[in-house]
Amino acid sequence: MAIAELPAYGAISRRRKEWGRALIAAATVLFLATALAQVLNSARIVDLGFRDWRPTLFAYLAWAVVLGFGQVMIRGQAGLRALFILPAALFTVAMAIFPTLFGLSIAFTDWNLSSATGQKFNGLDNLFQLFRDPFYWNAMRNMVIYVLFVLVEYAIAFGLALLLNAEIRARKFWRVVFLIPLMLSPVAVSWMVGKSMLEYRFGPVARFARWLGINNPSFFTDPWAARLWIEAMDAWVSIPFVMILLLAGLQAMPKEVMEAATVDGATPWQRFWQITFPLMLPVSLTAIVLRIIFKLKLADIIITVTSGGPGGATDSVSSFIYREYRDRSNVGYGTMLAMFYLVVIVIFVTILLNVLSRHMRRMT
Amino acid sequence: MAAEATASSLASADSGASARRTKWLLGRIGIYAALVFWAFVSLFPVYWTITTSMKVARNVQQGALIPFVDYQPNWLGWRSLGLSPDTIGNVSTVREEFLNRFLNSVYTAFGASALAVLLGALAAYGLSRYQYKFLWMRNQDLGFFFLSQLILPPVVLALPFLVLYRELALLDSTIGLILLYTLTVLPIVIWIMKDQFDTIPVELDEAAQVDGLGPWGTFFRIILPMALPGMVAAFILSLILCWNEYFFAALLTSTNAKTLPVMVASQTGSQGINWWSMAALSTAAIAPLVIVGVLLERFIIRGLTAGSVKG
Repeated sequence: MAIAELPAYGAISRRRKEWGRALIAAATVLFLATALAQVLNSARIVDLGFRDWRPTLFAYLAWAVVLGFGQVMIRGQAGLRALFILPAALFTVAMAIFPTLFGLSIAFTDWNLSSATGQKFNGLDNLFQLFRDPFYWNAMRNMVIYVLFVLVEYAIAFGLALLLNAEIRARKFWRVVFLIPLMLSPVAVSWMVGKSMLEYRFGPVARFARWLGINNPSFFTDPWAARLWIEAMDAWVSIPFVMILLLAGLQAMPKEVMEAATVDGATPWQRFWQITFPLMLPVSLTAIVLRIIFKLKLADIIITVTSGGPGGATDSVSSFIYREYRDRSNVGYGTMLAMFYLVVIVIFVTILLNVLSRHMRRMT
Repeated sequence: MAAEATASSLASADSGASARRTKWLLGRIGIYAALVFWAFVSLFPVYWTITTSMKVARNVQQGALIPFVDYQPNWLGWRSLGLSPDTIGNVSTVREEFLNRFLNSVYTAFGASALAVLLGALAAYGLSRYQYKFLWMRNQDLGFFFLSQLILPPVVLALPFLVLYRELALLDSTIGLILLYTLTVLPIVIWIMKDQFDTIPVELDEAAQVDGLGPWGTFFRIILPMALPGMVAAFILSLILCWNEYFFAALLTSTNAKTLPVMVASQTGSQGINWWSMAALSTAAIAPLVIVGVLLERFIIRGLTAGSVKG
């Protein structure tokens, strides 16, 4: 979908190009010099009176602006086009790539914010500690369970999408109602459902359980019950997302195939498994992969409802690392845990995408 | 004999029709029962929270469900927030704190969504219309580069940002939070906007450029107005995600820039039994988005389904 090249209105003069290059070079030198001065300052080699690292941040911003300006000077129209993508790219590099690399440099240090010793390089010690940490692997195991539950969420969401796609009255009303949990913040849901409705003495769910004849309903003392309730809350918030994707897929399906199958006398059951389900496979896989990616970030509900309890049964990796920092201020080790998790999920998602991408809808 | 066969087949056709009708009716009932059941599942927690905000301790312990029937609504919960009719005119420190958190959430969510839509729309337009080559990366790789940020879990960035923001004096600041939230929603915005721009015919750009508009004139004066629905969808979706974000806010804010989810979470531990005020707080925290969701549902669905519906 590229726009056809238009003839350039006169070539760019050599002088202009040289000026452009000189400007970019000057800005780069300024940025590097500022950063270097700050490094020297923070290492107490020279005292330049910097209170924080903001000068470097501003130097980066100035460099980014000059880089964009220089692009236009050197490359004219092509530079103007590059300006579209440059801000987002520079922003992402500064906010995601750089902090991740910076995190790597923290991951190999012994650094506890509450101790006086400060940051100390300790090689692979954090990694060895990680392999011996039973609570971390417990959290990893829980993540596998949570991710597998995505299939249950998918099944429910598919059912709801089929319902909404059936010939019903007030379709828009039902759709809005089903969508509401998606708007709610997981933290509010944690309180509304986890703390309030699941209160074991007089919460409505406990009452209902007693009415059913369960005498001592306990929701967060048994490991599996706790896991299931955490999963149920997360599912409640996110099922609408999967449902909407599947509903869009159902509505885009060619009607003729369905009609032909009905004329041929196929039962609804056969129609679903032999036509709807296979045709929906690409949308389904896209929805499942997206849902898994979001599931891997699961933390809020666990932090606010169970803090990982009972005995780590509900811990996700994110909530475990959150407590590692919050309770123990263990920045070095916590970052190693996070980096290791990142490596694991990048490998997992890459494999997933490679296996499934042939069947999925385009993503980029 | 032929007549007999016809008669019996007619009779069976008749009973078949009534059987089909019963089956159809049962199917209808089943569908509506399922719809009502899931509507109940979707709405009951919200209903429970709103009604609990008007209960007193006794009602909570009795498990009262229906206002005016099971119990007499009371403003106790809202009074503790300083938001009940009789306290709204008075000075209230709790209300001030609540309003401060509320405004923080508004600034953060709107700021981050606006910045993300700005950066995202530009990048998406570029990716949709021009061929880039940066080192080994072409358009597809660049698109994947942006999208892949979606995989990055917040926990990976949280600790580095804690240290970086401390050094940059951005800890506990709304600006710092805005920048981070922009990062987390940017992939989604680029995805939605790219989908939107791809549906606008490229001939429009060419016509505009023939008329003498540069790339930026074309973008702002011709294409952007046409991409407005996509922009609204991206903005609303970003707003929801930013408004509800808890993880970064909990780690990176303390007193000044605290957002509503952090306030809600910090109350749960200390006042476990103070149900009415927690319910009032939760109601106030979710109300804006429920309203947005109901009014702008069309755009949310558009945003969620961008890129996944086209064959």
